[in-house]
Parts: sequence; structure tokens; C-alpha cells
Amino acid sequence: MMQAVLGSGGLRRPESPGLWALAWRRFCRDRVGVASFLVVLVFFGVMVASGLSLVAADWAREVGVNYAPPTFVGPGTAERDAVASGSPRGEKAHEPNPADPLADVLSEIREKKPVSRGDTDIVDPLADALAEIRAEKSGAASRAEILSATLAFGGDRWGRDVLKKVIKGTETSMFVGLAAAALTALLGTLFGALAGYYGRWIDDFFNWFYSIFTAVPYLLLILAIAAVLNQKGTMTVILILGLTGWTGIFRLVRAEYLKHKVREYIQAADAIGASHARRMFVHILPNVSHVVLVQLSLHVVLFIKSEVVLSFLGFGVGVDTVSWGSMLNEAQSELILGYWWQLAAATIAMALLVTGFSLFTDALRDALDPKLK
Amino acid sequence: MFAYVVRRLWQTVPTLLGVVLLVFFLFNFVGGDPAYLLAGKISNPEQIENIRRQLGVDQPYAVQLWIFIKQIATGDFGVSWATNEKVSEIFATRLGPSLTVLVPMLLIETLLAVAAAMLVAYVRGSLTDRAVMIACTVGQSISILVYIIVFQYVLAYQLGWFPVQGWGDNLAENLLKYSLLPVAVGVIVSIAPNTRLYRSFFLDEINQDYVRTARAKGMGEGRVMWVHVLRNASIPIITNVMSQLPGLLTGEFLIERFFSVPGIGREVLLAVERSDFPVIKAVTIYVAIATMVVNLLTDLLYRAVDPRVQLK
Repeated sequence: MMQAVLGSGGLRRPESPGLWALAWRRFCRDRVGVASFLVVLVFFGVMVASGLSLVAADWAREVGVNYAPPTFVGPGTAERDAVASGSPRGEKAHEPNPADPLADVLSEIREKKPVSRGDTDIVDPLADALAEIRAEKSGAASRAEILSATLAFGGDRWGRDVLKKVIKGTETSMFVGLAAAALTALLGTLFGALAGYYGRWIDDFFNWFYSIFTAVPYLLLILAIAAVLNQKGTMTVILILGLTGWTGIFRLVRAEYLKHKVREYIQAADAIGASHARRMFVHILPNVSHVVLVQLSLHVVLFIKSEVVLSFLGFGVGVDTVSWGSMLNEAQSELILGYWWQLAAATIAMALLVTGFSLFTDALRDALDPKLK
Repeated sequence: MFAYVVRRLWQTVPTLLGVVLLVFFLFNFVGGDPAYLLAGKISNPEQIENIRRQLGVDQPYAVQLWIFIKQIATGDFGVSWATNEKVSEIFATRLGPSLTVLVPMLLIETLLAVAAAMLVAYVRGSLTDRAVMIACTVGQSISILVYIIVFQYVLAYQLGWFPVQGWGDNLAENLLKYSLLPVAVGVIVSIAPNTRLYRSFFLDEINQDYVRTARAKGMGEGRVMWVHVLRNASIPIITNVMSQLPGLLTGEFLIERFFSVPGIGREVLLAVERSDFPVIKAVTIYVAIATMVVNLLTDLLYRAVDPRVQLK
């Protein structure tokens, strides 16, 4: 898009603006669209910076006490006492809740709660690895750092900074959304182009394929594939989402190709001897790319939401990766103990990005297709 | 009409065959040898060979596929690998709780969303309209997980208005006690996207000429909206509601899991966790069949709502 803008912005000769230049101008007039675009850009920047280890590279370091409460003013006396006694704040803040059906279980959990780190009653699959890392660390730095009693945005069960976890989770969740949407757009466009352009039995075949994938509810299909793959990981999630989500784009692109292939400019291309592939991807594709772009953007939002659900259920990213879904999973049990900050952090980050992306998609559609509305 | 139904049913055969092939491919090629899954860590080759024979995976693929098709036709998917319960038994007992939650959810949500959409479409462009749309956009962007976690924590756990989770034995108790909060959460989650969608359907109709004509001949606003606009907007709304019907069979995965509703959704999640392939296979096939039947019903309903529609 940028190239098109720069290209048509040259002053050499008066040139009628192309589709992209016009769309960009319309987009710039949409204040909500520009604002949401900036939000998306900021998140994208965070994702890239985190991916390049420029920020939050040390997210796994334990910088605070367990469940360090969020505050900007630094620890008060209550927190200092809590640190001195080796247990996090909030213990005595718990008043018995008369409606609490879990009261007995909870008081039991609280009594058994980790006094020294790593000594929880919950079985941690990485306990050995963590112990090793901790031993290494204490050997190297002789554990000189003092764990702070509070963190600006709170700490998790291991005293890791929630802000850094959110940044890391943003990287994972957004990358999964973008990559899966790119894969889906690629497949949907390719299938749609082939089906719409060639027609006949190729069209029949892809329509059959389409009807199969739409006959099974989306989430059920994803779960079934997750069950047979039986392995976790960022790549797995991207593949699952990307390989199942192409149906919507396929249908729209196919319809566009049906419309375009009989137009005069394609007949002209045929007359000058352009090959089928050239006609499909050099001549028609630029004319339908606005449809693909809007759909791509829609699918990013859909896939971010799906990834969060998958990771929450434990079928998503691996145990050593942070995503918003895995954060929400931890936050669920933390909330009962009164530690709300990880839930709030993951929720706010996700709501911001998804709202921004949705509004950006609306603005994009309005800018690219002014006939709508 | 009859000829149409027969032809449509005939057309579903290749699709159904495709779904069968897809499921067969997934579970026999992608999934690896189920015998290793079943045997677990402690197993010798003999045991594995035994399990393979029991499951029939030592047969040629054509035979296995034929066995699978026979299972679908007879509805006998054998027993769950995890619990040895008959798969048909699992469905029979889990469907009730799923429907107890989902049917009220679907009814309430549809009524509320249609009413809200009609209202905001009527006052389109006003402050109310914009406020509702912004609320819907933001509400939609928060994960369903957050709604469930927060509602369960605040309304059930902190305030004690609802049971945190659980399920009873009789329908009345389930409906009036245990399903209240799950239904409320489900309605709140789905009302935002549907209000947005239905609003666009109403807007498409409100600007039509027939609405102007109706007003011009002095028809009351209530009649214009409720009789003329609603009936015309109901076609896409029906499509959307009908498309949610097959979901009644799969249950609401997350809500059932959180609130311990012993429904199909929770069973599917358990099956995925335990690699309980027969259960997943059966659900996938039956829901695919249900989807096709519902699609046919939807087309027949169009005809009832809009006499102009020709079934070809």
C-alpha cells in the first residue's frame, strides 16, 4: 500500500490516482480508522521488538516475590512485613466469604501455600528444569538481587513481571494470528482462484472440498485435529488454524474470479498470449486483492481469539511459551486467591488489540470499497 | 417440493462421504498408530499387536474404511477408549444437559439481539446507536474466557447468587438453579456480535422503497417496523439462527467445562485430552450430518417466510 502511495505521489506528471492511492486517502480521512491503525502498529512494534529480544527478553526472571501486588509507589509497610515473613501480601486481606463454597478447600490451600519459592502443592511439569536454572543462577550471581515486594504491574506465581509476560504473550498470540491468517489467505486465494478461473471439474472439486470443511463446526474441527496431532507448539497452532480456516476467503475469491474471468481485459490478455497463470495472478489478482486484504484482517482477529481458547484449554502453545491464553489459564486459579492482575493485564492487552484490529478492518473495508454503506 | 427435498438429500451424499474420508484420513494417517496411544508407556510388541487386532488397525485400509462406514450406518461406534462406556450411551446421557443450557440460551439471546438490533437500527446514527455499537465492538473483543472467569468469580463465588458449578438430577432443578449462570454468560457473550449483525440486516431493509411507501400511506411506525421490516429482515436472521442449531449437538465447550455441566461439549474436551478417538469421530460425523439436515431445513423455512423464494 505504501509503495502505491509513494509511486503516485511523484510530481513528474499528473496521473490519475490508482485504487490504492484513493483508498489510502479515504482511509486517512477516517479518524477512527487511523487511530485504530496506530494501535495495531504499536502492537506490531511490540511483537517485533519482543521477537527480536529487544524487550521482555528476561521475562522468565523472577524479579519480585510470589504474586507481588501491582503498585507504582513502591512497597508500603504491609508489603515489607510480608517480604520479611516470606509470604506475599494479601494473606490477611482475605476475609471469610459467607457464600464461598470452596472456603474449606481454600483455607487448606492457603495454609499449604508456597512459603519458599518453587515449593507449591501444584505439580509443576517444569519443576526440575526450573530448579536447575535457579541453581545455575544462584551459582553465577550468588543471588545478589533482592526480590522486590511490589511490581508496577504485579507479579505471577513465580514473581515474574506480569508486564513482561503480557509483552511476551502479545508476541505469541499476535504472531499466531498473523501467520495463521496469512496461511489461510494464501490457501483460500489459491483455491478460489483455481476454482473460479478454471471452472468445470476443478470448481466442482474445490466446492466439494469446501462443503466438507463447512459441514463440521469450526471449533470441533480444530479440536479433532488437535486431538490427532497430539502435540503442542506455536507451529502446530498456526497449522491447525491456517489449514482449517480458508473456507470463507475461498468462497469470496472464487466469486470474484468468476466475475473477472469473463471481463474484457482478460480477453485482451488472452489475445496477447498471456498464460493462464499470468492471467490469474498478474491480471486478476490485483483486482481482487482488496477482498483478500479485508478478509485477512478479519481472520487475524478470529485466529487470535481461537488461539487464546486453544492455549487456555491446553491444546495450544507449548508449556514454555507464554500466550494470552496460557496467562488466562493461570489467572483463573489466581483469581480465587485474590490475585487479579494477571487476568486484568491479559484481558486489557487482548481487548485493545482486538478492538483496534476490528475497527481497523472496518475502516479498511470502507476505504477499499466505497460503494458499501 | 418433495422432489426438491429428495434431490437435496441426494446431493449431501458426496459431502458426507468427503467428511467420512476426512475423518478417516485424520485419525488413521495423521494421528499415528492408536495402539501405541492405548498401550501407554509400559507395553511390549505382543500387547501392541493384540490391541491392533482388537481395534482392527492391522486390516488393510479399505477394510478399515468399510468398518468405519458400517459403524456410521449402524450408529455403533463401539466403546470409549478411556472409560469403556458405549459411545452411543455417552451421547444419549450427555445430550440432555447440553440442551438444558443451550436451548434457553439460544432463545433468549435471539429475542434480545433482534429487539436490540431493531431498536438501534430504528434510531440509526443517533447517540444511542453509536453507544450501543461501541459497546458491542468492545464487548466482542474480550475473550469469552474472561466473561466466564469473571462472572463465575463475582456472581457465583463472591456474591453467592448462583451455584459456582454443578448439576442436579431433575430438569427443573437444573433449569432453574444450575443452568442460570451458564445461560446468562452465554447470552452476554453472543449478544454483542449478533446485535451488530442483525442491525445491518435491519438497516438494509429500513432504507427500502416499500418502507417509504408504507409510511406514505399512513401506516403506524409500529406496524412498519414489526410487520414489514421485521418479516423481510427475518430471512438473514433465520439463516444465522439456524446455523447455530448444529451447535446444539456439540454443546458449548467452554461454558460446560467451567460450570461442570455434564454435556457433550465437556465430553468432547475430555475426549480430546484423553485421545479418546471413537468419541471424537462419532461427534464429528453426527454433527456434520446434522449440519446438512439443518441447511436443508433452512432452505425450506425461507420458502415459508418469503413466498417469492423458488426452491429449485
